[in-house]
Amino acid sequence: MIAELLSTVLDATLPQKPPKSSTPLIVVAIYLAALLLFSILNSRRARGSAGEYFVASRSIGPFLLLMSVFGTTMTAFALVGSTGKAYDKGIGVYGLMASASGIIHSLVFFLVGIKLWAIGKRFNFVTQIQFFRARFESNLLGTLLFPVLVGLVIPYLLIGIVGAGAVVKGIADVPTWLTGLVICLVVLAYILTGGVRAAALANAVQTMVFMAVGVLAFVLISGSFGGVETATQNVVDNRPELLAREGEISHAQFLSYMFVPLSVGMFPHLFQHWLTARSAKTFRMTVIAHPLFIMIVWAPCVLIGVWAAGAGIEAPGGNSNAVLAKMVGMQLKNPWISGLLMAGILAAIMSSLDSQFVCLGTIFTHDIVVHRTGDRFSEAQRVTLGRLFIVAIVALTYVLSLFPPPNVFDLAVWCFSGFASLFPLVVAAVYWRRVTAAGAIAAVIVAGVTWAILFYDGLLQPTLAGHSGEAGGEDYLVFGMMPVAVMFAASATTLVVVSLLTRPPSQTVVERFFSRPA
Amino acid sequence: MTGGKMSIPGRLAWLLVVVLAILHYDFWNWNDRTLVFGFVPVGLWFQVLVSIGAAIAWALVVRFAWPTRIEEWADEGDSEA
Repeated sequence: MIAELLSTVLDATLPQKPPKSSTPLIVVAIYLAALLLFSILNSRRARGSAGEYFVASRSIGPFLLLMSVFGTTMTAFALVGSTGKAYDKGIGVYGLMASASGIIHSLVFFLVGIKLWAIGKRFNFVTQIQFFRARFESNLLGTLLFPVLVGLVIPYLLIGIVGAGAVVKGIADVPTWLTGLVICLVVLAYILTGGVRAAALANAVQTMVFMAVGVLAFVLISGSFGGVETATQNVVDNRPELLAREGEISHAQFLSYMFVPLSVGMFPHLFQHWLTARSAKTFRMTVIAHPLFIMIVWAPCVLIGVWAAGAGIEAPGGNSNAVLAKMVGMQLKNPWISGLLMAGILAAIMSSLDSQFVCLGTIFTHDIVVHRTGDRFSEAQRVTLGRLFIVAIVALTYVLSLFPPPNVFDLAVWCFSGFASLFPLVVAAVYWRRVTAAGAIAAVIVAGVTWAILFYDGLLQPTLAGHSGEAGGEDYLVFGMMPVAVMFAASATTLVVVSLLTRPPSQTVVERFFSRPA
Repeated sequence: MTGGKMSIPGRLAWLLVVVLAILHYDFWNWNDRTLVFGFVPVGLWFQVLVSIGAAIAWALVVRFAWPTRIEEWADEGDSEA
């Protein structure tokens, strides 16, 4: 009813144009220009101060923290990936990631995020690696973590750029290389001027845009099917197996997926956002609202994916990344609406890319440049070096995006699995006095090696061999479980065993990090 | 560093989080294709309720089990980094 009403009103008030017109691109161009203008106007406060550029002077309030943390966490994975995965595997995808993340993400924000915020503020840390170096009194650990974290962020960036390309290609037939280039340049433009505050402000705007647009897409697409009941009835008639989990997702797989959301505890870009908080209380809104926000984004996307399968819509080239774009393109004939939806999807993607770009510049500046050279560079020079590193990483990621993976969802899960396998490290660092540097180093090495072996066997080797990955087929499992369970267990066991076998940390360090308020 | 013993409402709030984490594994819906409201599969609907429950549980944890002294600790900063 509402859908029909909205469609009628919009169709009556907005001019109709044939599909593949330039109108959607004009809408997107207007959105990107407005975003740039907004960000540049807000970036003036950032000039000259590294503290402002990297952690927004630790002054971000509750609403902005919620929007920036949520916007950063939700990327192409949440919109493009969830729709495509639901198209392949059915409604069980929601339980795999969305409801699990509602519990686990907030748990991590509460138990780890707030502690790290306090430690960061007390000792004036800016990056994860600074914290780990100090906590374990180990330069080697910091040196080891730098390539591991950067190496895991790059596929995360890739997910965004590839997802954006798939969407714009599906709706407006723009080559994926061009979309990737434009997205990278726009995000670079506003974060190079404003740093983490610009990213947080842009995230807030973009998060509101993509949530609103997601709801609008759901209403309009369901309306185009003749209502939600008809859309689901198509699935009942044609693909009933997608309405349950039997045969699509195993019990062990479902349970072991619970490890994947633990990744938020080790995302370097999220660590940086946590440090921007004005106070511990700033986290309250994020902890409470995060599960609801996930639901608002994921539930419609999962239903759209299932409806697409039920309606017999074929994924272009067997690529389920393109299902959402195809649904928007096929079902919504109004190019203005298509443009708006495209802008919303790009907003979700850019709201992750920006934080990741800033974070990479930050860890390079602090963990490599400042750590190695001390006070040789001025604050302004450090910011410039950070910017140059960001440009280099974006260029590398852009080149990699020209060889896109078959499935955004699966690449994202691999990336998250790598971060999740490092989660025992951060938990031990903030809660376990007995953990040692040797245990931490061994755990990082074991996590990295198990990830690399399983990633090669599960995704890289099949892709190089010409199999189109896992899209639409069976997921790669180890003993029936997600690979992350094995990585996590290996990392956690190594951490505990090696710590107990090596000399305890110095009393100075224990007192420094585990003291009580005076 | 957070200090203080947790109140009974705080413990109950945490218990609710644990219960939700267990309920998240809704094996009884595994092969159930019943539609709720005529269009939402029950397996999806239940998981949406878990999401809503999570928000309520976290609101209770924030209200009753907040680490009250953590800001004091953070403010005693010595900028040793």
